[in-house]
Amino acid sequence: MHEYSIVQSLLDVIEENAKKHNATKVKKIVVKIGVLSGVEPHLLETAFNTFKEKTICEDAEFEMIIQPIVAKCEECGHINRYEQNQIFFECKNCGGVELDVLDGEEMLLMSLELE
Amino acid sequence: MCKDCGCSIVEHNHDHRVENIHANPQLNDSKTIEVITKILDKNDHEAAHNREHFEKHGVLAINLMSSPGSGKTTLLEKLAEVANFKFGVIEGDLETNRDAKRLQEKGIEAYQIQTGSACHLDAFMVHKALHHMNLDDIDVCFIENVGNLVCPASYDVGAHLNIVLVSVPEGNDKIAKYPVMFRQADLILFTKTDLLPYFEDYDIEAEKKVARKLKPNVDILEVNTKDINSIKAVANWIEFKKKMRS
Repeated sequence: MHEYSIVQSLLDVIEENAKKHNATKVKKIVVKIGVLSGVEPHLLETAFNTFKEKTICEDAEFEMIIQPIVAKCEECGHINRYEQNQIFFECKNCGGVELDVLDGEEMLLMSLELE
Repeated sequence: MCKDCGCSIVEHNHDHRVENIHANPQLNDSKTIEVITKILDKNDHEAAHNREHFEKHGVLAINLMSSPGSGKTTLLEKLAEVANFKFGVIEGDLETNRDAKRLQEKGIEAYQIQTGSACHLDAFMVHKALHHMNLDDIDVCFIENVGNLVCPASYDVGAHLNIVLVSVPEGNDKIAKYPVMFRQADLILFTKTDLLPYFEDYDIEAEKKVARKLKPNVDILEVNTKDINSIKAVANWIEFKKKMRS
């Protein structure tokens, strides 16, 4: 259960950006959570809604984009997309297992609506 | 209604970048900015700093991760008996400094981090601990993470390599159940393999197959403390990796 630590980092990044843009309030936050990022989206949302109180994000809407795995096959170059909870992946085109994961492993803050 | 600014003029193609055109003060006060920053950006930055610090002192840093009780500290105790390199340990536990003491009794330089309630080490905690380690005296620094197969996987602590342990008594399917962790591994150690005869349902070969499916290029070794050669194999792997970075 490290979602609370992650929310703490998220709030830090948001506050830094809000300050840079002289904002007094954050209205909306959009984050992208990869299915292989090791974070449970539902818990992250709960943690965020608990921790946002008395911060610049107090009234902010929290939007999560869940990012499935996107991986490029190093053998045939095919770009594969795997839906949630699929942990083993081989290339859907050639069956290769050497895959370069392009997306789905990271947690990103995408955009902020500031006031 | 204009979809962009919400004004009531139906037919218009005004440029919203230009200010002062039938301004709606409320709407103009709010703006959406693209950020696209890693949420753990600060941690990653600190981790890079730690890694640089290790490199400056010619130290290979290894993050040891596993569930509680799979044998991380015992492995380090045993390694001290066979390793041809000198190593130190940064220990992470929620409470007590027992693990650091165990290692110090073996003559290993160890510093204990007590995380309180935190379920993982982060780069900042490791940075603080580095102030207490004399890196000039060691070749390898282990960061023994908090026993946990979930949370430590999300945090870069500044190590060069990850070793993940999984012990026979933990049972089948641990690797499939914790894919994020095992995908991080450069080396997976199956520990307590001397107990295999007592865990008849445990299929170590099937577990290895799962590990290789999850991460095709992962190295795998079997370890048990009664077989000193199995510990030597781990030491050799580390020495090899160290040579590859000199």
